[in-house]
Amino acid sequence: MHMADALVSPAVGGAMWAVTGGLIACSARKLNAELDDRRVPLMGVLGAFIFAAQMVNFAIPMTGSSGHIGGGMILSILLGPWAAFVTIASVVTVQALFFADGGLLALGCNIFNMGFFPCFVAYPLIYRKIAGDRPTPTRILAGSVASVVVGLQLGAFGVVLETAGSGVSELPFTAFVLLMQPIHLAIGLAEGLITSAVVNSVRKARPEVLEAALAAGPAGASFSIRRLVVGLGAATILTAGVLSWFASAAPDGLEWSMARTAGAEELATPHNAIHAAAGHVQALTAFLPDYDFRNPQTKADGPAPAVNAATSAAGLIGAAMTLGLVAALGLALKTRRAGSDVAGP
Amino acid sequence: MSHHIVEVKDLSYAYAGGPEALRGVSFRIVHGESVGIVGANGAGKSTLLLHLNGCLTPQRGSVRIGDYPLTKETLRGVRRAVGMIFQDPDDQLFMPTVYEDVAFGPLNLGLPADEVEARVMGALETVGAAHLRERPPYRLSGGEKRAVAIASVLAMTPDILVLDEPSSNLDPKSRRQLIELLRTFTHTKIVASHDLDMIMDLCERTIVIHDGRVTADGPTLEIFNDQELLRRSRLERPLRMQACPVCGRR
Amino acid sequence: MPNIESALLDLGGLDVLARRPTPIQRLDPRAKVLVALAFIVTVVSFGKYEVAGLLPLVAYPVALVIVGDLPAGYLLGKLLVASPFALLIGMFNPLLDQSILMEVGPARVSGGWISFASIMLRFGLTVSAALILIATTGFYPVCLALRRLHVPRVLTVQFMLLYRYVFVLGEEAARMARAWSLRAVNARGMPPSVFGSLVGQLLLRALDRAQRLHMAMLARGFDGEIRQAGALRFTGADAVFALGWTAFFIVARCYNLPHLMGGAVMP
Repeated sequence: MHMADALVSPAVGGAMWAVTGGLIACSARKLNAELDDRRVPLMGVLGAFIFAAQMVNFAIPMTGSSGHIGGGMILSILLGPWAAFVTIASVVTVQALFFADGGLLALGCNIFNMGFFPCFVAYPLIYRKIAGDRPTPTRILAGSVASVVVGLQLGAFGVVLETAGSGVSELPFTAFVLLMQPIHLAIGLAEGLITSAVVNSVRKARPEVLEAALAAGPAGASFSIRRLVVGLGAATILTAGVLSWFASAAPDGLEWSMARTAGAEELATPHNAIHAAAGHVQALTAFLPDYDFRNPQTKADGPAPAVNAATSAAGLIGAAMTLGLVAALGLALKTRRAGSDVAGP
Repeated sequence: MSHHIVEVKDLSYAYAGGPEALRGVSFRIVHGESVGIVGANGAGKSTLLLHLNGCLTPQRGSVRIGDYPLTKETLRGVRRAVGMIFQDPDDQLFMPTVYEDVAFGPLNLGLPADEVEARVMGALETVGAAHLRERPPYRLSGGEKRAVAIASVLAMTPDILVLDEPSSNLDPKSRRQLIELLRTFTHTKIVASHDLDMIMDLCERTIVIHDGRVTADGPTLEIFNDQELLRRSRLERPLRMQACPVCGRR
Repeated sequence: MPNIESALLDLGGLDVLARRPTPIQRLDPRAKVLVALAFIVTVVSFGKYEVAGLLPLVAYPVALVIVGDLPAGYLLGKLLVASPFALLIGMFNPLLDQSILMEVGPARVSGGWISFASIMLRFGLTVSAALILIATTGFYPVCLALRRLHVPRVLTVQFMLLYRYVFVLGEEAARMARAWSLRAVNARGMPPSVFGSLVGQLLLRALDRAQRLHMAMLARGFDGEIRQAGALRFTGADAVFALGWTAFFIVARCYNLPHLMGGAVMP
């Protein structure tokens, strides 16, 4: 479910970075206020636990494929939502850095998809409501399955929205939805069952851990999900709006202003740029962005080379020259290093 | 120097929902003594050790470290005086590099940077691990991990060292090096182990624990010669004191 | 399940590279973190049909791999392993976008193929930037740099402990998975019930470990805050490195260098 850097536009990636960064800062403040020194080692070890558990694949029933757990719900139940969100963020980041899962630009999207939905939506609004303050094994089962399925569906839908909003991939919105949601339904059911088994085993062996998490986490009632969502929504629209204005008026616009001084390039008219910006914002905010509407826009505002044999040839020759230069640079550095190795002690 | 004294009086402890792990343990260890604590699995050794630096606080009875009775208020002082070396060095070496790990304690004491540096390097040199300073702990061998764990405790300059199964998971050579290292320390030492041969090398006095009670407390050799006591406590004579398997002579 | 062990090996492998004695490894981690971020922002800010304009940026990974003495084959292998998702999604572009954007003699290249090439190029550049950052810096110094760049301590400490215990718990998970696979010769995948109890066991052990870890921290004066000794020094060389690369990225972003060069040699 990791999104890749290459599929995310700077506007979407940047907006999600801003939102995720805000959530982490907010969580960090909450956690600092709690002053529970047991939490530091517990978060660290549980993060490593989720990481390790994700390395083991399980068979997804009825599909013949295999998957791994996300772990957001297990962490929320064991740590409360704030600590769980920071822990998930750490796991996703390390995977991005070491295994190149996703990437750094898409990191905000990935943390949001895998952390925000389980920790701040599914946990307080579904799990806590079903499981209650004195959870029984049955309530834990029902709460886990329902919340994990919903959390994962929202996360998968987040991937679709972010990909479509970025407009890098040509994959039609509906086809992508049909690809993503059913497979994540199957994974969600399996992970829900696993979550409930794991939480029930902790309840039997170490009940005090669950009690501590209940005390740490905001209870369903006192947790103002509405405020969080409204705040987040405003932040997303604001950053996405600003960034996509830059993205359409400026990257081509950065080029545009440079080009104007250099007088070298044909560019999108300001009218077009504003139009495209509006399209971006609409695509991000509309529930079902109209892909066909946006498509010609993105094509027009990209630095699309005109269909012109001469330009194409110049581009190809230039590309070959560039690669040649890079290779020459590489060789030069290599011989210099080899030389210094010989000269060195 | 009275603060090197460890005094345990009528100590009892039961885990939540479990049977009593300690049932009225009493002993007194004076400055510079080196004492072995032996007992079967589940005899209560670990629970006892956890009381000695305040990881657990007494439910009944008392623990006195030097001038302090162990209470919530004196916890910091007690932890400063008692250095605890845990059984699994992976639990103890939690920082990303050896240097950072050994510096963790001194930094918590609020020492200035150059004093921290001096203490860290001093402790690492004592255990012969100065060359490991930049290494991450997960890349160390078992013997190196143990040495660094000891250094991390030495950097706190404790008066009393408490070691839980220090020779577990060590190859014979590392085990021998560890024993030689520990023999050079002048601290009051309390060593809990199943490795009775090591206890023979390190400790002149031994306390036997069985079922949460002290069943014997005296000179190590005397205790290890008491076959009946050892059998009752689910222990065995150290290999060195057993008959030779080839010729049958002792 | 040998893949867990190889994943752990991988996880440690990048860090080992960061200990090589080259000028890149010696730079302040903050400089490298900032340059990597600038690089990624530059790469992704290019339009979706841009291929030629991205090519000058290849100089950055190439230079760092060579000067940093990194094994290029190993890094490329990691890139390939990570590529399927980008490939899967990008593959639809040639099918769905058939408008002709370029003609080279008789050959006509559709926009879909160009944007596909652009996706893969951008994927390769951004991912290699992240890998190179760790391989030239090491994970812990990156954490220190992030802390100095005002990332909340809760998160940087979490990174540190996570990375420390991934190896310990990963090995535990690998042992348990191996014990299962030795006895389930014919099974094609681990059924969720088995997986659930395996993960449950792993979790209970993790909770015990967290408790022991807490005790070990308390025993050395832990008061809820992790203090670090690691000191960083930002020198002139770091400034040159950071400013030099950033300037190059800006130039490469603003001027389509291959086009300019191609245009210069074409009549």
